[in-house]
Amino acid sequence: MARIVQTNKPLSVNPLRVSQPMGAALAFLGLARSLPLEHGAQGCTAFSKVFFTRHFREPIPLQTTALDMVSSVLGGDERLQEGLATVIDEHRPEVVGLVTTGLVEMQGADIRRVLRNFHAGRCESASVVAVNTPDTLGGLESGYALAVEAIIEALVPDAVVPAVQRARQVNLLASSMLTPADVEAIREWIESFGLQAVILPDLADSLDGHLTPQGYTTLTTGGTSRQAIAAMGRSALTLVIGDSLAGAADLLQARTGVPDLRLAGLTALADCDAFVQALADVSGRPVPARILRQREQLLDAMVDSYVPVGGARIAVGADADQLVALGRFLDDIGARLVAAVSPCRTAALQALNVEEVVVGDFEDLEERARDAGAQLLIGNSHALQSAERLGIPLLRAGFPQYDHYGAAARLWVGYRGARQLLFELANLFAPRGAGIAPYHSPLRQDFDGAAEPSARSISA
Amino acid sequence: MNQTDIQNLLDEPACTHNTAGKTGCSRSRPGATQGGCAFDGAQIAILPIADAAHIVHGPIGCSGSSWDLRGSSSSGPQLYRLGMTTELSDIDVIMGRGEKKLFHAIRRAVERYSPQAVFVYGTCVPAMQGDDIEAVARDASQRWGVPVIPVDGAGFYGTKSLGNRIAGETLYRHVIGSREPAPLPPGAVAAGIKVHDVNLIGEYNIAGEFWRVAPLFDELGLRILCTLSGDARFREVQTMHRAEANMVVCSKAMLNIARHLREAHGTPFFEGSFYGIADTSQALRDFAKAIGDPSLSVRTELLILREENKARAALAPWRERLAGKRALIFSGGVKSWSVVSALQDLGVEVIATGTEKSTEEDRARIRELMGENTRMIDDNDQSALIATCIESGADILIAGGRYLYAALKARLAFLDINHERDFGYEGYAGFVELARQLALAVHSPVWQRVRQEPRWVRASANTALLEEA
Repeated sequence: MARIVQTNKPLSVNPLRVSQPMGAALAFLGLARSLPLEHGAQGCTAFSKVFFTRHFREPIPLQTTALDMVSSVLGGDERLQEGLATVIDEHRPEVVGLVTTGLVEMQGADIRRVLRNFHAGRCESASVVAVNTPDTLGGLESGYALAVEAIIEALVPDAVVPAVQRARQVNLLASSMLTPADVEAIREWIESFGLQAVILPDLADSLDGHLTPQGYTTLTTGGTSRQAIAAMGRSALTLVIGDSLAGAADLLQARTGVPDLRLAGLTALADCDAFVQALADVSGRPVPARILRQREQLLDAMVDSYVPVGGARIAVGADADQLVALGRFLDDIGARLVAAVSPCRTAALQALNVEEVVVGDFEDLEERARDAGAQLLIGNSHALQSAERLGIPLLRAGFPQYDHYGAAARLWVGYRGARQLLFELANLFAPRGAGIAPYHSPLRQDFDGAAEPSARSISA
Repeated sequence: MNQTDIQNLLDEPACTHNTAGKTGCSRSRPGATQGGCAFDGAQIAILPIADAAHIVHGPIGCSGSSWDLRGSSSSGPQLYRLGMTTELSDIDVIMGRGEKKLFHAIRRAVERYSPQAVFVYGTCVPAMQGDDIEAVARDASQRWGVPVIPVDGAGFYGTKSLGNRIAGETLYRHVIGSREPAPLPPGAVAAGIKVHDVNLIGEYNIAGEFWRVAPLFDELGLRILCTLSGDARFREVQTMHRAEANMVVCSKAMLNIARHLREAHGTPFFEGSFYGIADTSQALRDFAKAIGDPSLSVRTELLILREENKARAALAPWRERLAGKRALIFSGGVKSWSVVSALQDLGVEVIATGTEKSTEEDRARIRELMGENTRMIDDNDQSALIATCIESGADILIAGGRYLYAALKARLAFLDINHERDFGYEGYAGFVELARQLALAVHSPVWQRVRQEPRWVRASANTALLEEA
C-alpha cells in the first residue's frame, strides 16, 4: 500500500501534467470521421495540435472557436455557434467533439444550452458530443476518460427494451495509456478467439500512422464509427483496461446491462492471464496455441534477462493508469520502483508497491530519483533533462514523446508487448551523442569577472 | 492590456506589411484557424533568455503542453529550459488566489534557482480574473531583489505574431537600457582592430546554428552585445541600447525593438538572414556599411572571399547530386526569397514558393529571381499546398514542421526549415549541412518504394471483396 503525498509547493517546475482538454481531444481522435473543436482561445488548440502532431507524427484534425477579447468578456456563444457551423459545413464530420477550456469554463459558458439552440436552429448530419474539461482540474487521463463517458452518454442508447444480443461481440474501453499499437494488438488478440471487438476509442484505426491512397484528409482517417458505438449494448462482455475508465464503465453498464471485466493494465502476467481467461469463457473456444507460445516466450525472456533488470532501481513519472500498469509489471520482473510521481491524485495509486507516490512534477521526480539512487527514469520526453542531470538513461512513456520515433508503434501489452518492454529495459544502459558544439566567444560580455556557471550548476 | 494598446501594437510603422490597403495582422476565424496565440508568441520570443526563470501564470493548458519544445540552444545556463508555471487550479480561480500564488511562485523560483531575472507570462484565465501581474511583479522585484518582468500577453489578445510584438515592447519598456555594457576583456582581439558593438534581433540559435556564424563576428572585431534571444543572457539584453548597429534576423517578429532603438538612440538597423552563402555575406557587408569603419569593410571583404571559396568547394559534391531537382518552398516572409536564391545557387529548380507572410517587396524579389510566371502560393492550406506539390512534380517540399506529416502522407520528400528542426543551417557551414540534408532526403529510396504497388495488394483487395459478397 502506497502513501499518496501531495507536495505543497507554490511553483510547478517541469510539469508532468498535460491539460484535460488535450486528453478529451485525444479520445475524440479515436472516433471515425471525427473532429475535435476546442472552445477557447486559439492557443490552446495550437498547443494541442503541435503536441499530438509531434508525438504521433501525424496530421491532427483539431479546430478552435478562437475566442478574442470581445467574446472573452461578452460571452463566446456566438463564436461557438459559428465554429460549429464552420467545421460541420466545411468538413462534414460524423462527430464533432466539443471540448471546453479553462477560459470558457471560467466565463461560465453554458455549452449545452448553445448546443440545444444549435440543434434546434439547423438540421445537420454531425453528432456534437460536448464535454466539460477545464484545465484547472485533472489532466490528460481524466480529460480522456470524461470524453469517453460523454461519448457513451451521447451515442449509446438507453436499453429500455433489451437489445438483441450478439454473442460474438465484445466491447473494449481503452485507457489513454494504450498506444495505437497496443490497441491493435488487443483487437487481434480478441479476434483470435473468433470474437469481434467494438473498441472505444479506437486510436489504432486513426493514429497508428498509415499511408492511405487518399493521402491527407481533414478528419480522422479511422476510428470507432457512430454506428458501432450505438450497438455496444448488444455485446456479450465489456473489457475495461485502465482504472481511469471506471466512471465510463459504470455508465456503460448502467445503460446496457452488459457485464464487464476491469483490469488495471495489460502488461503484467496476471492481467494478461485474466484477460485470456475471460475471452476463452465468453467465446467458448480453447486458447489458440499461438497465445500459449507467446506466454512461454515471455517467461523465457524473464529468465534470460533477470540479471540486468533484477533489483534495478527505477523511477517513474506517468499518468496514474500507466504508473499502476508499469508498477505491476516491474513487480513481475523483479525491478524496484524507487520513486513514483503522478500528475494527479487517484485512488488506484494506493495499490502500487512503493512506499509513497508523489502527486507532483518532474522536479519532484528528479529530487526523489536522486535521493533514491535510481538507475533508470521512465517518463515522457520532458524527463530527458532530469535524466541527463542525473546521468541515467530514460525510457520514454506517456505524452509527449516528441524526440523519438515510433511512440504510436510502441507495444507493451500482451505477452509479446511485455517481452518487448522487458528487452528495452534490459538494453537501456548505453551512452548518447551530441549536436553542434557550443561556441564561447572571447568577446562576450563578462559581468561577473568570472566564467558563467555551467549547465550543471544551475540545478539546485 | 486594453484594446488601444493592442491596436497600436498591430499597427507597427516599420513593418512593410503595414500599408494603406492592409493594417497589420489579420483576425482569426472560428473553425478555420491555424497557429498559436499571443501568449505563445510572447513566450517564444523571450523564453530563450537562458539565465532567467520563465514562469507561466495560468492553468496547466498554457505551460503543460508547450514547455521546453523550442530548439533554441544555450552555451551556458540551462535555466530557461525548466518549465515553470503557477498551474492555477479551480480553487485558485474561485478564491481569487492567483496573485498570491504568483507572488510565492516568484519567491520559490528566486530562492531555488537564483535566476538573473524572472519573466512572468500572463494568460487568459488570470487576465479574465483581473490579476494585476504588473503590480505583483513590481512588489516581488522589490521584495526579492531580482528584476521581475511582467509579460502581459493573454492568449485571447490575438495571434502569435501580436505576442511577438508584445514581447518586443515589454523588453524595450522594462529591460533594454537598464545596464551599461561590460568592459572588453583585455587581449581579446588583435592589436589595431577596433571593436564595434552590435545586436542581432530575432536570432533564436535553433539547434545551435548561430554558433556556426558567431566565430566570424569575433574575427571581424564585432562584439555581439546580445543575440535576442537565442543563447542570450538577461544582462546582455539590458545593454542592447549601446550597439552601433542592429540586424533584424529573418523575421519581422521584433521589428519594434529595432525601430525603438533607432528612434531613441539613433542606432541604424537592417533586415537580413544567415541562410545561404549570398545572404550570409550580405549580412556581414551590411554591418560594415552601417558601422562605416573602412578597415572593417576591407577585412569583411577578405573574410567573405575566403569563406565563400571554402563553402563552394565543400558544396561541389552535393551540387552534383542536386542538379536539376525540383523543389517547392513554403515558408513565408524573408525566408521565401532568401531560400530561393540559396537553392538556385545549388542548381535546384524552385518551381513554386509560399508568399503567405511575404511583403510586396519580398514578392518583387521572388519575381526577379524566378521570373514573371513564377507560382506563388498565398493560402495557408495544407491540402492545397500538397495538391500543388503533386501537380507540379516537385521532388521535395521545403517548409515548416507542421507540414511535415501532411507531406509524408502524400509520399513527398520533405525538409524542415522552421523552429523545431534538429539541424542548424545558418552561415557558410550551415548551408553545406542544408545541401547535405537536401541530397539525403531527395535521394532516399523510400519515396520510390512507397509509390510502388505490388500486384498482390490489388489481388488481396479483390479477395476481400469476394469474401464480403
